[in-house]
Amino acid sequence: MAVTARAEVARPLDVERIRGDFPVLSRTANGRPLVWLDNASTSQKPRQVLEAMRVVYEEHNANIHRGVYEFSERTTAAFEEARAKVARFINAPATREIVFVRNATEGLNLVAYAWGRDNVKAGDRIVTTVLEHHSNFVPWQQLAKDAGAQLVVIDVDDEGRLRLDQLRRELERGANVLALTHTSNGLGVVNPVAEIVRWAKSGGATVVVDAAQSAPHTRVDVRALGCDFLAFSGHKMLGPVGSGAVWGRAELLERMRPFLYGGDMISRVSVERSEWNELPWKFEAGTSSYVDAIGLGAAVDYLQSVGMDRIHEHEIALTRHLLPKLLADESITVFGPHGLEERVGVVSFDVKGIHPHDMATLLDREGIAVRAGHHCNHPLMTRLGVPATTRASMYLYNTTAECDALVDAVGKAKKVFGI
Amino acid sequence: MDDLYRDYILDHYKNPRNFGELEGATHHYHDTNPLCGDEITMFLLVGGDGRVNDVHFTGRGCAISQASASILTDEVKGKTLDELKGIDRERVLSNLGITISPARVKCALLSLKTLKGAAWGLTEWPGEGATEAAKG
Repeated sequence: MAVTARAEVARPLDVERIRGDFPVLSRTANGRPLVWLDNASTSQKPRQVLEAMRVVYEEHNANIHRGVYEFSERTTAAFEEARAKVARFINAPATREIVFVRNATEGLNLVAYAWGRDNVKAGDRIVTTVLEHHSNFVPWQQLAKDAGAQLVVIDVDDEGRLRLDQLRRELERGANVLALTHTSNGLGVVNPVAEIVRWAKSGGATVVVDAAQSAPHTRVDVRALGCDFLAFSGHKMLGPVGSGAVWGRAELLERMRPFLYGGDMISRVSVERSEWNELPWKFEAGTSSYVDAIGLGAAVDYLQSVGMDRIHEHEIALTRHLLPKLLADESITVFGPHGLEERVGVVSFDVKGIHPHDMATLLDREGIAVRAGHHCNHPLMTRLGVPATTRASMYLYNTTAECDALVDAVGKAKKVFGI
Repeated sequence: MDDLYRDYILDHYKNPRNFGELEGATHHYHDTNPLCGDEITMFLLVGGDGRVNDVHFTGRGCAISQASASILTDEVKGKTLDELKGIDRERVLSNLGITISPARVKCALLSLKTLKGAAWGLTEWPGEGATEAAKG
């Protein structure tokens, strides 16, 4: 199915029209037109998302699942419709398998606590990778410590691709959990999750996928991936900050204890005991960030109206434009894959003699926003032998002209440092 | 020429003064700036009279952090531990002679933090406090 869809990808994006939907992109930074290349950190928001949220606040704001009056019913319907949109977006078998959370981090912690604490025992093996963002690494590292389980961390090769031989061997030896990122936030590598899941399943592992960097940029289909849990943040995919979702197989979610206790997640409470609400509300204690969830639904609509395959092709075209220019400069080291296969538009680099933070400061003078640092990837930075990198990350609204502006600004920075 | 990365700063970054471990140091302290991954270890050789007879540092990180450490070591040498108390965050920032944005203030102050850690075992960021930090 994905192959057919990919074959249809030919029509390039109308980037100028798309940019017109994003008010912030017409602003300046340090007196220069803003060049937003920090999309792996957070994305900008189109008017359509802002409008969907404005409509709730200005026209029918009321708490969900509570009021019996019209406003509450309208808001509840919009919130649950957003859930259905998110479910379709990742091809989830059932809408009730979508739990709204604040971000991928909260979703992954939900799984590590609510599933992990009852299912990971002393002596079990938790397999993860050096590519993980701290949000899909630290919860498992801590769970391993608490449960007395073993944490097995899979290495990468020199271009940042997972050592699949090592991963397959460790999974087939038998493991209880595989915590795996779909796409590396530091290097842009896309892991072959569907294939890896088959190895994991043969060894009996439950698979938890961090899709924070893949859901915004590529087609994510939980049925095709075959994983058990998958989490992502809304703010990296044109949605509002404070929105996100974790998907889990219903049969697993049903058996799990709640993550947080409180209002909305219970069906009945007596002095002696409590009973939990049905899925997915069992995992949504307290007033949900419902306006943000509705905004996320609008972001999903926007992304799907453009087309995930077209967005991915656009970002690969930008990477094809940018990478050779950086690779041609001997003072620049590019981390991550140098090819265009199985990657997204994240380009991590280092210029010899200029610390990434100095580079980011100098790029900021030119109006260019990039991330400099460890990208919440300490184990990976240690593996690469660098304290930090400079990371440019693209999205559907970026242009080749902006990539050129980045290359020019890197050249200027080198002049400042006399390189 | 860029106002932040002026020749004076880049000279201290590329040719740091008093760089390297200090044999026989009486005091030393290592710290990092978790945001940037800057690292500095400060070494002091303090005599019986409480005077800093020698000071060295090692480290790696951005130009601001390393230049700041280089400049600070020049200033510290020959002073008594008591006199070091007069060196505060304002002094370090004014020694740099450039305007540091709030996001980079910790880069500039890591050197002073490691100096205070070495001299008195203080482990807090110099001049820390929400309002002060916001002043940049």
